[in-house]
Amino acid sequence: MTPLLSIKQLSTHHVGPLNLELAAGECLTLAGPSGSGKTLLLRAITDLDPHQGEVLLEDKSCHSMCAHAWRKQLGLLPAESQWWLERVGDHFNGLDEPCLAELGFDKGVMDWDVSRCSTGERQRLALLRLLENRPRVLLLDEPTASLDAKNVARVEALVERLRQEQALGVIWVSHDPEQVARVGTRHLHFDGNGQLHEGVGQW
Amino acid sequence: MVIALSIWDLALASVLVLILAAISWRMQFGIEKRLLISALRTAVQLSLIGLVLKILFDHATIFWVTLMAAVMLLLAGREVMARQERRFAGWWGFGVGTLSMFLSSFAVTVLALAVLIQPDPWFTPQYAIPLLGMVLGNTMNGIALGLDRLTSAAWQQRQAIEARLMLGFPSGKAIELIRRDSMRVGLVPIVNAMAAAGVISLPGMMTGQILAGTPPMEAVKYQILVMFLIASGTGFGTLAAVWLGSRRLFDERERLRLDRLRGAQ
Repeated sequence: MTPLLSIKQLSTHHVGPLNLELAAGECLTLAGPSGSGKTLLLRAITDLDPHQGEVLLEDKSCHSMCAHAWRKQLGLLPAESQWWLERVGDHFNGLDEPCLAELGFDKGVMDWDVSRCSTGERQRLALLRLLENRPRVLLLDEPTASLDAKNVARVEALVERLRQEQALGVIWVSHDPEQVARVGTRHLHFDGNGQLHEGVGQW
Repeated sequence: MVIALSIWDLALASVLVLILAAISWRMQFGIEKRLLISALRTAVQLSLIGLVLKILFDHATIFWVTLMAAVMLLLAGREVMARQERRFAGWWGFGVGTLSMFLSSFAVTVLALAVLIQPDPWFTPQYAIPLLGMVLGNTMNGIALGLDRLTSAAWQQRQAIEARLMLGFPSGKAIELIRRDSMRVGLVPIVNAMAAAGVISLPGMMTGQILAGTPPMEAVKYQILVMFLIASGTGFGTLAAVWLGSRRLFDERERLRLDRLRGAQ
């Protein structure tokens, strides 16, 4: 069976060359010291940085489609969320009420001022905004770093459900060994030389 | 016709500037040196350009007029480049502004000469050079402001731009707000100048024509024409520059390429 995401001889800056496959419904955790290339790998997968090698979504190569269509299917959630309009709702096209509720919001949140949301609220809303695109693969860069325990559980549960129901592939960057154990179906870690190894790693 | 000024008239006027400089020196404003140097520059630069124009008017061939126009364009291009805090690296730094100025200013000026004013021949330097100068000078302002806003805002808001790219925005959409803002910044001065014309300020060209003995209504018609030419030249030029610049900020894979700006990294 074709994997959902295949990465072949991918290298960018000082990372790689890397080979990696991600099956549908799989959650791969990615650990490693700061600056070891976790974020760079996610940026290269979404074609935000120039890179060598090839990335395929099922059998379609990244270069066979225009970049913005590619990025819609590979949803990257950066560690720090960005907002550019005044109201939360201005950044959304529709409203997915079940997901909203699962993350602990009601629809009133759409009228909130972005400037009045906490970092954690913005991060959860950014995940929601990303899910509107219905990505096939989620690339989460330390998505719960700014959240309290209750909201960490909410995010983990939502991603878990989507993974089961929509066979979403997930790459989850996390610094928390317990979270890695909770959410991952497979574990990888970076060494200090831009290379990937199996397992949660020691760092 | 014009009342000719003698060298003594100018000398007398310069005494006013000297008095100002003396007061600045006495009261330690610290501006006297720059005041005198710039006053001197005004006298020298304008005398030189007067000489150039005199020669040009005596040799009114298309070759010399084109050469003069080309020199003006290159100087304006250099000025646009110098006013950018984060300009594009390499030839783009000079090229984006200069090409946009060339397209808009020259098109607008040639149109005005060939279709509207119709001097004979159409490139008569008494018309072509001042007209081009006015259009070019203002277009230069608009383009410099617009490009500066574009590149500095892209630099400051790079994370937001990339966040939009991550959400699958096409590059044009990802930079749209900044592009709009840059266009507006480039156009504000000429819009303000048109709104204030005649009420708060008497535009320089009209004043000059009136001093030279032109009936006020004729001078007014010329001024209106020039204002419209300036507005469209500035508008189309800024549009072209901001569009070209915002394209250059992204590569063919719709990546934000701030490494194409100078002073980046």
